[in-house]
Amino acid sequence: MELTTVDQAKQLGLTESEFDKIKELIGRIPNFTELGIFSAMWNEHCSYKSSRVWLSKLPTKNKYVVQGPGENAGVIDIGDDDVAIFKIESHNHPSFIEPYQGAATGVGGILRDVFTMGARPIANLNSIRFGKPEHPKTKHLLNGVVSGIAGYGNCMGIPTVGGEVEFDECYDGNILVNAMNIGLAKKNKVFLSIASGVGNPVIYVGSKTGRDGIHGASMASQEFDDNSEAKKPTVQVGDPFAEKLLLEACLELMKTDTIISIQDMGAAGLTSSSVEMASKGKLGIEIDLNKVPCRETEMQPFELMLSESQERMLIVLKEGKEKEAEKIFKKWDLDFSVIGKMTNSKNLVLHFNKEIVCDIPITSLADEAPKYNREWISTPLPEEINIDKKLNDLDIKDCLVKLLTHPNQSNKSWVWEQYDHMVMGDTIQKPGGDAAVVRVHGTNKAIAATVDCTPRYCFAHPHTGGMQAVCETYRNLSAVGAEPRAITNCLNFGNPEKKEIMGQLVEVIKGMSEACLALDYPVISGNVSLYNETNGVGIKPTPTIGGVGLIQDSNKSTTISIKATGNLLLIIGETKGHIHQSALCYDILHIKKGPPPTINLAEEKKNSFFVRDLINKKIALSVHDISDGGIALTIAEMCMSGKIGANITTNLIDAERIKFLFGEDQARYVIEVKSADYDNIVKLAKEKEVSLLQIGSTKAENLTIDDMKITVEDMLTLNNKWFHNYNSN
Amino acid sequence: MKASVIVFPGSNCDRDVQVALEKFQIATTMVWHQETELPKSDLVVLPGGFSYGDYLRCGSMASKSKIMKEVIKYAGTGGYVFGICNGFQILTEAGLLPGALLRNNKLKFICKDVQIKTINNQTAFTKKISEHKILTVPIAHNEGNYFASKEEIQSLKDNNQIVFQYCDKEGNISGESNPNGSFLNIAGIVNKNKNVLGMMPHPERVIDQLLGGTDGQEIFRSLL
Repeated sequence: MELTTVDQAKQLGLTESEFDKIKELIGRIPNFTELGIFSAMWNEHCSYKSSRVWLSKLPTKNKYVVQGPGENAGVIDIGDDDVAIFKIESHNHPSFIEPYQGAATGVGGILRDVFTMGARPIANLNSIRFGKPEHPKTKHLLNGVVSGIAGYGNCMGIPTVGGEVEFDECYDGNILVNAMNIGLAKKNKVFLSIASGVGNPVIYVGSKTGRDGIHGASMASQEFDDNSEAKKPTVQVGDPFAEKLLLEACLELMKTDTIISIQDMGAAGLTSSSVEMASKGKLGIEIDLNKVPCRETEMQPFELMLSESQERMLIVLKEGKEKEAEKIFKKWDLDFSVIGKMTNSKNLVLHFNKEIVCDIPITSLADEAPKYNREWISTPLPEEINIDKKLNDLDIKDCLVKLLTHPNQSNKSWVWEQYDHMVMGDTIQKPGGDAAVVRVHGTNKAIAATVDCTPRYCFAHPHTGGMQAVCETYRNLSAVGAEPRAITNCLNFGNPEKKEIMGQLVEVIKGMSEACLALDYPVISGNVSLYNETNGVGIKPTPTIGGVGLIQDSNKSTTISIKATGNLLLIIGETKGHIHQSALCYDILHIKKGPPPTINLAEEKKNSFFVRDLINKKIALSVHDISDGGIALTIAEMCMSGKIGANITTNLIDAERIKFLFGEDQARYVIEVKSADYDNIVKLAKEKEVSLLQIGSTKAENLTIDDMKITVEDMLTLNNKWFHNYNSN
Repeated sequence: MKASVIVFPGSNCDRDVQVALEKFQIATTMVWHQETELPKSDLVVLPGGFSYGDYLRCGSMASKSKIMKEVIKYAGTGGYVFGICNGFQILTEAGLLPGALLRNNKLKFICKDVQIKTINNQTAFTKKISEHKILTVPIAHNEGNYFASKEEIQSLKDNNQIVFQYCDKEGNISGESNPNGSFLNIAGIVNKNKNVLGMMPHPERVIDQLLGGTDGQEIFRSLL
């Protein structure tokens, strides 16, 4: 067998010192297949070599966590022996190269992570970020990604119930596609990837293996340049129909007593799935590559091991259960092949054409993978600048209209109406609110879920931005009346070999940790996507957080829609008028300096409990958290959603009024209540030391803020037009 | 009353329609596409989804599956067959209903609430809906753009086979209220004998106020 060189190692994305380490670990020079396997396991995407040191600092436990990070997805208890299983994952690099397939297989991958664990997926969410709308590629990428997400999720029959869409020039050369899925299972029916039992058969099921996606995980661990389009062959091709069959077949198999462990073939395909199962079980694994079902002819060991063909699973069965399992997969017209067995050699041994083509210790691939404590520098908190002069000249209506028509704040129904958000018949709150609400089938409880991040805050001050992203999901869940239970995270950053970027990652993780700890809201799963750079320019740090909460009684949940005229509108939480880094400053005035709003974790917690209590008592009739665009845009959205107006009085003028209306102080909500309940609410707020301000009342047709007036209908027209206009020509 | 819901590989509204039927005390049996015999039923439902991944053409491969031979026989003897969304596509491919469902005119999947007007309330599927009643029911499809030849359309009109048409909230059947480009805003039709209904909107998704509406109940109630 031909031995490899350091140049080949470099071509596969390994460094010279990593190549030396491989030689040292196995005591010889690896052959080409072995080197490929090392490069796949040791790339950033699979090994987390730059982030592991820091990820370990994230809180991962509270009383609800059944399974934290390290498995295919995290698991939390939602009562009555039910568990929710969820995770978010990036598919950024493939989606930029081939938006439809990249996004589609992103959805497919996250679905497999969830149903591998025994859950029936019940809700898809996603966070997608594109470059500026004027960029020549943006329209093509937006349309491709949205169709791809729709194409896969709709065919699977799993509702896509929430997400976020944002445009910012920092994503011109590196779009972000983060897909999240939540599934449900019974607590005693959760399946893990820990293999056991020497001699137990290793089974390959699902679609056949082709040459698509070879080295996809390595591509996802590299920067882009002008020739990135040449990487198209590394993008996988999705077949949601095959995945639907695989889902049903796996769930059917899981009802039998045949499975020891199960692992989907995601990034780095057969390599990572076999190594992970063996590594976790502290066993060896032996595979006969001639038994792998192939879609193409003359596939070589290197290709078979590194292909990222979709819709495939690796299962360790109890010995003698092969026939029983095979029958189920045949029923669903899927491939089923016994390709190997678990061994006590502790090595990954691959046979091909009666030769051993790979024989390396599992520990060298997994535990011994490089771990870097990379150099980093912290981003200092930017100083406040005085922009009062500029703000003095602003007209409220003009600001509001500009926000309503800005792509980032426009109504996103053009996007989510392409997603089937109702299939499975349990969607209580569809996209467009603060969080999606999906009923647990056959019960009266519901899961609430949201995905959020504010990259402009993270860029200005990563530490605050990390905290804020966690808090925003916490707030969005609270706003629908859910108790926030845990999060999943997708950390999208630039090149960690640069000190500033590594510093962003470190500070964001530190900020997230503080928030998770204070809110008792741990991280249970996630992934890291680094090297989001093109021609040396990185994206803004984007830690996408997926939050999941529980609603005990589906009838006690709220929406953002104003329910009736003649009610009061109250602000929960203190308004200081922090205007720096606001949507108004950033997107409309293009003032990008200054610090993001401060986070007060105690306030976050207190205000959330207060709002949830009011929802639970059915006193809060509608609730909307205050985020982008401040009080003004928040109330405008409540008016548009309920098709009812409001009357707001500020008693302020000039810059102070602009800051009050458009500032983005955190931990705040707008709630609608009956005026008869007001005194009682004031009393409750005093008791709980919650800041409360009556800001106006609801009324028909118009939104009036002091002397400004706009009809709800006009706001709807303005807010609805951008996506349709942008995509219709 | 007993119903059989046919499950094809790729069906994904089978459970939803089962929930709806059972809400109205209609006993439901799920029937796998490879079965060669239909259980004794008062109603056969072809649910929504992506049978065979919509490969070749929507509904085309499902229309040739083993159980469909039985469904066609059953319909021939006057048995009630109800196809929703992909089920409607299968019915046209199987020749149980005229015409075809083309891609939506804007070439995008659409999932949203729409209004449909009850044009024919004299069928077994609509008999408890008042005449011209406007129902709010969601659509969720990529190929719901109904098309048929001139002769077929004339025949649909002559025999009062158009059951639902897309309309606006006031009941106007217009270009603006047509979500997918369907000919004559057609959302649902029956066969000449009025025992086979195909419709693109999903009545099984609006049977529960908590989920946003109950207009779908009127169809299931009519079946009783």
